[in-house]
Amino acid sequence: MATAAVEQPTTKLWSGGKSPFNVSYGKLMMWYFLMSDAFTFGAFLISYGTIRFSQNVWADPNHVFNAFPFTGHANLPLAFVSLMTFILILSSVTMVLAVHDGHHMNKKGVEKWLVFTILGGLAFLGCQAWEWTHLITGDHEVLVNGAIQHWGTTVSHNPWGPEVEYNGHEIASPGPIAFGGYFFGITGFHGFHVFSGVIINAVMLVKTRLGHFQERGHYEMVEKAGLYWHFVDLVWVFVFLCFYLI
Amino acid sequence: MSDVSSAQAVHLQHNDNAHVKKIWKTFWILLFITLAELGIGLTIYTIHKGADPNHTLVLMFKGLVCILTLAKAFYIVSIFMHLGDEVRNLIMTIIVPLLLFVWFIAAFLWDGNAWKNLKNTDAGSRPNIEKVKHENPPALEQGKKD
Repeated sequence: MATAAVEQPTTKLWSGGKSPFNVSYGKLMMWYFLMSDAFTFGAFLISYGTIRFSQNVWADPNHVFNAFPFTGHANLPLAFVSLMTFILILSSVTMVLAVHDGHHMNKKGVEKWLVFTILGGLAFLGCQAWEWTHLITGDHEVLVNGAIQHWGTTVSHNPWGPEVEYNGHEIASPGPIAFGGYFFGITGFHGFHVFSGVIINAVMLVKTRLGHFQERGHYEMVEKAGLYWHFVDLVWVFVFLCFYLI
Repeated sequence: MSDVSSAQAVHLQHNDNAHVKKIWKTFWILLFITLAELGIGLTIYTIHKGADPNHTLVLMFKGLVCILTLAKAFYIVSIFMHLGDEVRNLIMTIIVPLLLFVWFIAAFLWDGNAWKNLKNTDAGSRPNIEKVKHENPPALEQGKKD
């Protein structure tokens, strides 16, 4: 009687025997990792917000980010960063399509979409490299202690301060030094995530080509890599908001 | 486990085309929101260029951009990351801790603003010791010279 009672299958969700979350261990842990990573990025962005709120002046993003490759000194505010956002969203779509083909055990499809995703990631990194180079090597006249100096945007120099009158024309004064540190720190940390995402996707591509997932009977690992890749896109949405739009 | 995955496969084959359509639909939504954000960003730029920028209007547009960004985040997490298709327990275990951000953002931005006020005014500054010394009655200083 007593043993029969023990062998009765339990019906409660949390009393063992089945996954209450209905996902595998690996996928659940990926979700928890991404949540903790969200807190890391959140802490960075909120710290940036705190410093920015404490300053009387800040760099105007429409003024700082107005360049586009091969257009010289044309004033094109937000254009380049919109292109970067578009590339990242598109590579997110190709990643979902790779995961989708993985569900159908379609090896060729997974390979094709992973290649597109990796190319998208590399294109984004290329754009970021160009943007950083443009900012760091840029040459802007700044009035420092009554004399004109030529500054780029770095972690120690901010040439985007308020304009002041000098010898009858307007010239920029040094802006809050925190701007460069936060910009390069946060976009750099995001870029590092993109970079590692590209590496992870490349590993997924190689493993798909070698037929590892086909042997295993499922493409769940591509799904987990996909979660990471979408998270990178998600973070960019907020970086785009905090640095370029507001 | 195998029951779950085979059931999933059947379910997916049924909704194959619908699912791919949903993905592309989400892409167009995200693209549209991004373009709207871009438009608002350029509007803010135009307002700033004007002789007398309306700061309330700029603040309103910035608030609107924040809301649009949250909409984008919702679509990415819910459709691309399939969180919307998971069981409620999993959704809650991810979303509820993130609600801490509401408090973080409010508290830290408030703090930053308070810091700015402290720098710009003498609010909260300690009494000026030198000033107190300076205002000593002159009679005392005349009588006792150290």
